[in-house]
Amino acid sequence: MIRSTHLPLMVTLATFVLAYALCAAQYPAMLSTRVVANLLTDNAFLGIVAVGMTFVILSGGIDLSVGSVIAFTGVFLAVVLRDTSMHPLTAFALVLAITTGFGAAMGATIHYLEMPPFIVTLAGMFLARGAAYVLSTDSVPITHEFYDTLQDIYWKAPGGGRFRLIGGLMILTFIAGALIAHRTRFGQNVYGLGGGAQTARLMGVPLASTTVGIYAISGGLAGLSGIVFSLYTSAGYSLATVGVELDAIAAVVIGGTLLSGGYGFVAGTFFGILIMGLIQTYIVFDGTLSSWWTKIVIGALLFAFILLQKGLTWATTTRRKRATGSAQPS
Amino acid sequence: MNVKATLLASAIALTPFAAMAADMTIGFSQIGSESGWRAAETTVTKQEAEKRGIDLKFADAQQKQENQIKAIRSFIAQGVDAILLAPVVATGWDEVLEEASDADIPVVLLDRTVDAPDSLYLTAVTSDLVHEGRVAGQWLADEMAGEPCRIVELQGTTGSSPAIDRKKGFEEGIAGADGLEIVRSQTGDFTRSQGKVVMESFLKAEGGENICALYAHNDDMAVGAIQAIKEAGLKPGEDIKIVAIDAVPDAHLAIANGEMNATIELTPNMAGPALDALEAYFADGTAPEKWIQTESKLFTSEDDNQAIYEMKKGLGY
Repeated sequence: MIRSTHLPLMVTLATFVLAYALCAAQYPAMLSTRVVANLLTDNAFLGIVAVGMTFVILSGGIDLSVGSVIAFTGVFLAVVLRDTSMHPLTAFALVLAITTGFGAAMGATIHYLEMPPFIVTLAGMFLARGAAYVLSTDSVPITHEFYDTLQDIYWKAPGGGRFRLIGGLMILTFIAGALIAHRTRFGQNVYGLGGGAQTARLMGVPLASTTVGIYAISGGLAGLSGIVFSLYTSAGYSLATVGVELDAIAAVVIGGTLLSGGYGFVAGTFFGILIMGLIQTYIVFDGTLSSWWTKIVIGALLFAFILLQKGLTWATTTRRKRATGSAQPS
Repeated sequence: MNVKATLLASAIALTPFAAMAADMTIGFSQIGSESGWRAAETTVTKQEAEKRGIDLKFADAQQKQENQIKAIRSFIAQGVDAILLAPVVATGWDEVLEEASDADIPVVLLDRTVDAPDSLYLTAVTSDLVHEGRVAGQWLADEMAGEPCRIVELQGTTGSSPAIDRKKGFEEGIAGADGLEIVRSQTGDFTRSQGKVVMESFLKAEGGENICALYAHNDDMAVGAIQAIKEAGLKPGEDIKIVAIDAVPDAHLAIANGEMNATIELTPNMAGPALDALEAYFADGTAPEKWIQTESKLFTSEDDNQAIYEMKKGLGY
């Protein structure tokens, strides 16, 4: 059992190390601190939202709304900071409250109305994107001096790489996510829910509060990701981050989390993000490949990992059958 | 591999003035390939780089700013000599442009500008939309040579900057000429089909014999309007003079067939002037002007439009 749950994570880690080694062999500049810093900075918003997505997928659900929520957060911040004299920190708190509440509302709908997460969060996706368009269809620049202060916080490593605040924030989010998932009662409940609602109820998992909590975390982290994205681009744009929810799902699956829920690690998602960032970096370094190869490689990786998961599930069930001698699958 | 590493190291170690000696590597962050013109710009940029022996690293951002920022950061990490950027939006470039300027990598903006201090980029190569309209207006004023003329105008997408500026420029162009007046002006949304529909309504409302010239904000609308004029039993290019902007291959073909009179080129060759400026900058440090205006070239029946059509057809329009 332990071997099979850790194996996807090991495969992810090995894939990353191998891919990085291959890239570095071809382009020695890939080893510079710049590339490492870029991987963290450029993928910060995706990483943060992927932590939330890990919880959702661990519980056997899906959240399609996060890309739109990021765009909404960016536009909301830009419009509020342009039209009112509110301090960015107050605006951050306000927008986090809105997005967490939005996520919680979706979680409540999923649980109490017994609706599939796919449909509920699809509705959430349209709602949030629509709300962003209503606020503004243009790209609204953010010029507040507090933003300049935040953007100027970075550590310049030897070699010229700049480790920025948002990259650090992503790492902190991953650490917090890992602690919650693996060290708390709530985390256990999430895994329990991923094993099936029926089993979870028998195990005494509080279904309502866990489901609402999971989607609230996902919504809140999408809000945080939106704040990071607004720091990243100094603007709010309603057309931004289209399809980011799918990138986040891909990162989670490449990170070794089972799409059916119940198995997986937050740390795996981190390497999933890095692998995706690495592919993009390689394609830019090469400079002759079409950028769409990113999608093809990610697609192929996803397919490979889904096959791996299927194979592992199959191997575990047959082994268990043989060990217990009964024909009852779990 | 070692040779490559040494080259790279030497390119970083040497001053920008000496970098010319080694092969020059330039990164190009393109918005995407949403229109024929943009595809042509990409093709021409690759050709211009090849002509000069420059190693061009091309990154298509698929309309996403985050992809462009990532690409620019990767270019910097790679230690390219210069970066060409066609920005998808105007905002949010300060941070990454600062990193480039910190690494002493000059950035040249193509086709659009950004809301960042102009110390952060070397120069911007763009067309002047008002000037394009003015050239069209002046051509018509010269062509009529004092004769009165009732003009209908097909505008671009309402509120878009090309529509506003090309209208303004045209009005400036015909301002000096007596007897030239715009009698009807409506949007055709930059599309062929809308151009045809709106032209049909112009012909019905004014009567074909009362319209002397058509000014369209782009060639696609003009090509649609030609169809409408033909269907009304009139001869486009003779009964109604037609002038438009962009100089896409189909417009050259229409001029070659005598169905259109003039078009003003929005050149897809933004990279040529940009690379010239970069070469001069690397050769002796001459900083170019902050804005390089591309030529708005007028094409009429006096040019060999058939040949230009054949040449442009292969650019990906």
